Amino acid sequence: MRAIVLLLLLAGSATARADDAVALKAGVFEPARMAPDFTLQGSDGAELKLSRYRGKVVLLGFGFTSCQAVCPVTLGTLAAAHKKLGAQRADLQVVYITVDPQRDDAARMKKYLSSFDPTFIGGTGSEEQLAAVRKEYGIAAEKVAGPDGSYTHSSFVYLIDRAGRLRALMPYGHAPDDYVHDVRLLLASP
Amino acid sequence: MRWRWLAFAPIGGVLGVVAWAAFAPLQFSSREELFEIPKGTYARRMAGDKVEILPSTIRLALGVHDVLLLRNLDDVPQQFGPTVMMPGQSFRLPFEVASDYQFACSAHASGQMTIVVEPQPSSPWARLRWRAINLWEAVA
Repeated sequence: MRAIVLLLLLAGSATARADDAVALKAGVFEPARMAPDFTLQGSDGAELKLSRYRGKVVLLGFGFTSCQAVCPVTLGTLAAAHKKLGAQRADLQVVYITVDPQRDDAARMKKYLSSFDPTFIGGTGSEEQLAAVRKEYGIAAEKVAGPDGSYTHSSFVYLIDRAGRLRALMPYGHAPDDYVHDVRLLLASP
Repeated sequence: MRWRWLAFAPIGGVLGVVAWAAFAPLQFSSREELFEIPKGTYARRMAGDKVEILPSTIRLALGVHDVLLLRNLDDVPQQFGPTVMMPGQSFRLPFEVASDYQFACSAHASGQMTIVVEPQPSSPWARLRWRAINLWEAVA
């Protein structure tokens, strides 16, 4: 009897995983791997470790505060999604890591991110530290020749579940409702 | 007189093909556009082979081919399209909105990969255009 119950539970969890994969608006990794941990300087003045947010869903993006095109749109979208989540927002953390450490110190990132949502956390560090994090996540970033020191960079956002698994990737341009949809699914999944 | 009509047969054939391409419904066994990194790709690259798996532009259409599916069958992690994929891992990205999606991608010389998602080819002209582009890309 116990074996039958166990089998039914296993079958149920497998079905739930498959349903998640189908239902998310973002692109889904299968199987999900653990999101690489990192230690950077947080915009809140504390050490920023991804593992600090275990138990929450993390939306992880990369950009820079002088970005004129992509980052304001992405952060505005994430802020709108955060607001729409209502009480569930307590279980969501947005982490935004700079690709421009020369200009983006912790104070500058805090000021910039707070203009979107005061709960958003920025990450900065040395060129080497940030390059290592980008490599782990497959993030492209390249300085554009010119006086304004702009960058081209990956514009998607990673979705990391409560257990710290890298579950999905949301391409640039998705609406806040798509994030709300996926974050709710991830919050509900084990 | 009969021979004169035969001269028009090729034209009739071409018109028939065009009519089929315009009016026959688009059918695919799957809505997924699959790209795989075969086993041994890393070793081939290390040996100097220039292995290109993902084209710099991928063309999809809503309702027909609107899911990008990437698989890493190699034994090592690989930068694949916009992201890093572990051995044995797959990445399934559905599209619901027609648009051009740009991804910064260090795996391409241009540093960019574009996914063009077109509206569902539901009119005869759209089906004809879709089939012509696909034929062209298959031949080129």
